[in-house]
Amino acid sequence: MSQIFHPATNAFAKATIFGAIFIIAGLALVWGVFIRSSYVRGMEAREQPVPFSHEHHVSGLGIDCRYCHSSVETSAFAGMPATHTCMTCHSQVWTEAPALSLVRQSWQEGTPIAWNRVYDLPDFVYFNHAVHVSSGFGCDQCHGRVDEMPLTAKAVSLTMEWCLECHRAPERSIRPRSEVFNLAYRPPADQEARGRQLLQEYDVPVEILTDCSLCHR
Amino acid sequence: MAFDIDDVREKLSEIEGQPLWRSLESLVETPTFRAWVQQEFPQGADELQNPLTRRQFLKLAAASLGLAGLTACVGQPPEHILPRVEEAPEEVVPGVPLFFATAHLLGGYAEGLLAESHEGRPTKVEGNPDHPASLGATDAFAQASVLTLYDPDRSQTVTAPARGGRPGPIRTWNDFLRTLEQTLGAQRAKSGAGLRLLTPTVTSPTLAAQLRQVLEMYPEARWHQHEPVNWDNAYAGARLAFGRPVQPVYDFSQADVILSLDADFLSAFPGRLRYTRDFSARRDPSGDPPSMNRLYAVSGTPTLTTAMADHHWPLRPEHVGTFARLVAQRLDVDVPVSGTLPGEIEQAVGAVVRDLQNNGGRSLVLAGMAQPPIVHALAHAANLALGSVGQSVRFVEPVPAGEGATGQTASLRELTEAMQDGDVDVLLILGGNPAYMAPAGVDFAGALADVGFSAHLSLYEDETSVLCDWHLPQTHTLESWGDARAYNGEATIIQPLVEPLYAGRSAHHLLAAVLQSDARASYDIVRAHWQEQSGLQPTQFDRFWRHALRDGLVPETARAPVDVTLSPELAFPPEHEADDALVALFRPDPGVWDGRFSNNAWLQELPRPFTKLTWDNAALVAPALAEEMGLSNGDVVRLRLEGRELSAPVWILPGQADGCLTLHLGYGRQRSGRVGDDVGFDAYRLRPAGAPWQAAGVQVERTGTTHPLASTQNHFAMEGRGLVRVGTLSTFREEPGFAHEGEGDHPSLYPEWEYDGYAWGMSIDLNACIGCNACVVACQAENNIPVVGREGVKDGREMHWIRVDGYFQGTDLDAPRMLHQPVPCMHCEKAPCEPVCPVAATTHSAEGLNEMTYNRCVGTRYCSNNCPYKVRRFNFFDYTQPDAPVQELLFNPDVTVRSRGVMEKCTYCVQRINAARSRAVQEDRAIRDGEIQTACQQACPAAAIVFGDISDPETAVARRRAQPRDYSLLAETGTRPRTTYLAKLMNPNEEIA
Repeated sequence: MSQIFHPATNAFAKATIFGAIFIIAGLALVWGVFIRSSYVRGMEAREQPVPFSHEHHVSGLGIDCRYCHSSVETSAFAGMPATHTCMTCHSQVWTEAPALSLVRQSWQEGTPIAWNRVYDLPDFVYFNHAVHVSSGFGCDQCHGRVDEMPLTAKAVSLTMEWCLECHRAPERSIRPRSEVFNLAYRPPADQEARGRQLLQEYDVPVEILTDCSLCHR
Repeated sequence: MAFDIDDVREKLSEIEGQPLWRSLESLVETPTFRAWVQQEFPQGADELQNPLTRRQFLKLAAASLGLAGLTACVGQPPEHILPRVEEAPEEVVPGVPLFFATAHLLGGYAEGLLAESHEGRPTKVEGNPDHPASLGATDAFAQASVLTLYDPDRSQTVTAPARGGRPGPIRTWNDFLRTLEQTLGAQRAKSGAGLRLLTPTVTSPTLAAQLRQVLEMYPEARWHQHEPVNWDNAYAGARLAFGRPVQPVYDFSQADVILSLDADFLSAFPGRLRYTRDFSARRDPSGDPPSMNRLYAVSGTPTLTTAMADHHWPLRPEHVGTFARLVAQRLDVDVPVSGTLPGEIEQAVGAVVRDLQNNGGRSLVLAGMAQPPIVHALAHAANLALGSVGQSVRFVEPVPAGEGATGQTASLRELTEAMQDGDVDVLLILGGNPAYMAPAGVDFAGALADVGFSAHLSLYEDETSVLCDWHLPQTHTLESWGDARAYNGEATIIQPLVEPLYAGRSAHHLLAAVLQSDARASYDIVRAHWQEQSGLQPTQFDRFWRHALRDGLVPETARAPVDVTLSPELAFPPEHEADDALVALFRPDPGVWDGRFSNNAWLQELPRPFTKLTWDNAALVAPALAEEMGLSNGDVVRLRLEGRELSAPVWILPGQADGCLTLHLGYGRQRSGRVGDDVGFDAYRLRPAGAPWQAAGVQVERTGTTHPLASTQNHFAMEGRGLVRVGTLSTFREEPGFAHEGEGDHPSLYPEWEYDGYAWGMSIDLNACIGCNACVVACQAENNIPVVGREGVKDGREMHWIRVDGYFQGTDLDAPRMLHQPVPCMHCEKAPCEPVCPVAATTHSAEGLNEMTYNRCVGTRYCSNNCPYKVRRFNFFDYTQPDAPVQELLFNPDVTVRSRGVMEKCTYCVQRINAARSRAVQEDRAIRDGEIQTACQQACPAAAIVFGDISDPETAVARRRAQPRDYSLLAETGTRPRTTYLAKLMNPNEEIA
């Protein structure tokens, strides 16, 4: 019986097997890069109805985070400023600026400004700002250098993997409570030893930090 | 589920000792019962009711595959943040709930509440610990009131049905007020001779004052009151005994021996929550020496009170009277007795009376609302003879205002006759639903046609509304200002939690319009009334008012006790000749009461005590009657009484007295809304005005048809040794550890867990639990638990995270002991559900919680299959999808709303644990004992449930678990539950065999 395939086709078959592995690996790589990309994770700056600049208000004017996000120390929600808060200054300065027309309109008509949410956790995740703040975790650890952002963008992926990095080893990122609102804080060289000390001082319940029900309920 | 009662009796006679059984089916082991035991969910999701062709199946399979792939491609939808415009009030912090003191009303009486508000929307109510009628507890009705608030079927606008019997065209309040003004103009000329007002029971001081003003302005006008579940007999009894209609207020903390003459003080009396707390506290045997109160009960139909009794005798209704007479006679009350009781019960009377006498003033005799006035008078005479008056019972002036309050059936009848005679030109109905709730002999609905001008203010456009000229939407108690009194007269200001969702207005507003007063806002009216009452200067009053609002109580408003002496004219008539006629007992439904909660799905799906029926009422019959007529559960019978007819399915209830059948009111509604319409049968159609509670001479006839009833009695049945452990006080004294008899040591192959921090645990005291179901609804409200509907319940898919299992005990089918056992998730140390989950969706936390992570769950249901306690619930469909957007406001924002295909179960209210932890971390301290209350614990009127850290021996829960009565459910399986029980104790009189 004669051969159906010419011996030259062997090379083709080998290439196919070899290629398949690379194609699959390549696809996996592309997928991996894709789902981690800032496009998928929404890490590009969001358009906002009012082009609010944290950089200007925080770095430029030195306004504290808590001036606007007033419930960050007492509630799960950090709080978003009422139009009234904007108008405390903007009824005096930049009163005619076209960029602020929506703020003035909101104030006059009593309709809220619809900001686009930048940090959006799934509805089955319960995050609590107050607990993190009072346990010595800084704003910039999740929100990045907001003081350097002209338009606010997500600074971290917010995947569960990312949450657990800290929850599994909180000593690597805890800082003194006095430094929580210091966006430019740099951890000391002996962070891990100092961190373990702080965990004890602040009574952080380390053993439950990876319990599912801490965040999912 | 056909079976022979003979077989049941035979089975029972073969068993020795005190067997526990769940239902008649379980005794004869019918195949349906076996199916319920063996399968977690006998009806799988694949067994859809509608037949599916192969072609359709393939289409659906392909479509779902395609859609499943597509949904994975969708990112999270963008969300907006809408901050306030104005600065928030100082105390409003987004994410931190606020609590306001207010009240829930049932039968006019206030039950103090603390309502939880999340950014302005009420989501949950708790009891007000400072309120005398609540002490922090709530009942199922109050818990379900938030669901009614957001009911999309509530009336949303003024309409003019023009007596058409159908919903009318939309009008405005201004249209109505203009018409009212014109109509009242004519009435002023004749001093209001044609003006009538009809209200339910009014305890509100402000509303009563307004009504009095109306009567002053229109001297010839009349104010009538009617509620179908009223206390006419009790007031008539007090008139008989004391010559005036005083009202008893009981103190169960002072009562050691109690005799209930068909008195369901644990669930049907005003003040029932307080009574339950005091009663249950006296059943705690942990003192030294162990002691408990003792309860004797006689009644025709089982109630929560009879189930708690140490001695319960089911008696035909007329025999309850004979029993009362015999007791009173032995207490030297001059009363003739001609009736006889069954031998052993008559013998027991002597022992009961001796027991009452031995405890002097620390004994108590009570009569229920269904008992005739004579029985109430006998109870009063007995209490006076025992010296209990002033100790365990005191008397106060009637708490409801107005003359009509103490004779409501007569008041409604009088009004109806005036209407039929054409004497009523203007009829204003402020709440209630008299066209539906009037007794059968009083044709209120028909008489509405003879009224010149009628308007009905109510929450729903109901049966009465559509027969009136105008329907006016009423505000819910959580929407408007008001006030009301508790059982002891203490007044509470009702605070609104939210602006009216629809065009509703309050009765205060409507009466202000009648009075042509300028103050039309309920707030101004209520505040002005209390300012006048207090007699304080505005600045002082401001302080008084703020304190009253904060505390939920107006100081010094409790009714002072009045002295009573037996009326010299008191003479008891001889007894009626007893015959063998079958008696129909009419009772409020434990779920929908008189029908006002018909459209509340939480209450409709609440398994009723003993029958565990949902979504239906049934004629409850004794096994003996069923045997005689060859009836089984669900058989439809035709009932005839005084020429009226009604078809009803029957339910055989062991413990029901022979010779009577019980009909629950509140069903068969036609205009309640999409939940309550056409559910059950309307017992009002049979209820005679002359004998509204027990009517003799009912005839029963088989129809040959059946009506499938949705009962949960056989669902989630656990087969095991000693699920409910019961002993007596005397055995407990001799052998405190009786509950552990036969328990061995159960080693585990799994490694031990180690706990460094808190270890959460729960203890449920079966001796305190009265089986009232408040925990079930509280859990439902707290944890966003959906309802599944009648078909769902029939398939065993009810979602309640905590259920109250009912058991019968003993070999006497006609008078078994009845037991309740609340069963939430046990949070086992060696949880069988955890190792079988293929996706680690159910895990063990470092504090010992058995966690359920919904977003991981893929719905294999292996966990549920492996759970010996059957406490896991599966979302077969997307039950939580709201019918209307308004219902989304109800969800507790701290708990995930589960979708289809997800397993769920009790979490020990982990959101409350986390909230307490968050507070503790912020305040740099440990979580205090008692700081975390689970929803079921907080609602429980009996304080049966305690939750806390079991690693600290000083906590309340640890102290309970250290008691000798503590035992675990199915200890033989070695699961080592975190939820344990305290065994039930009875305190029988040894003189009575």
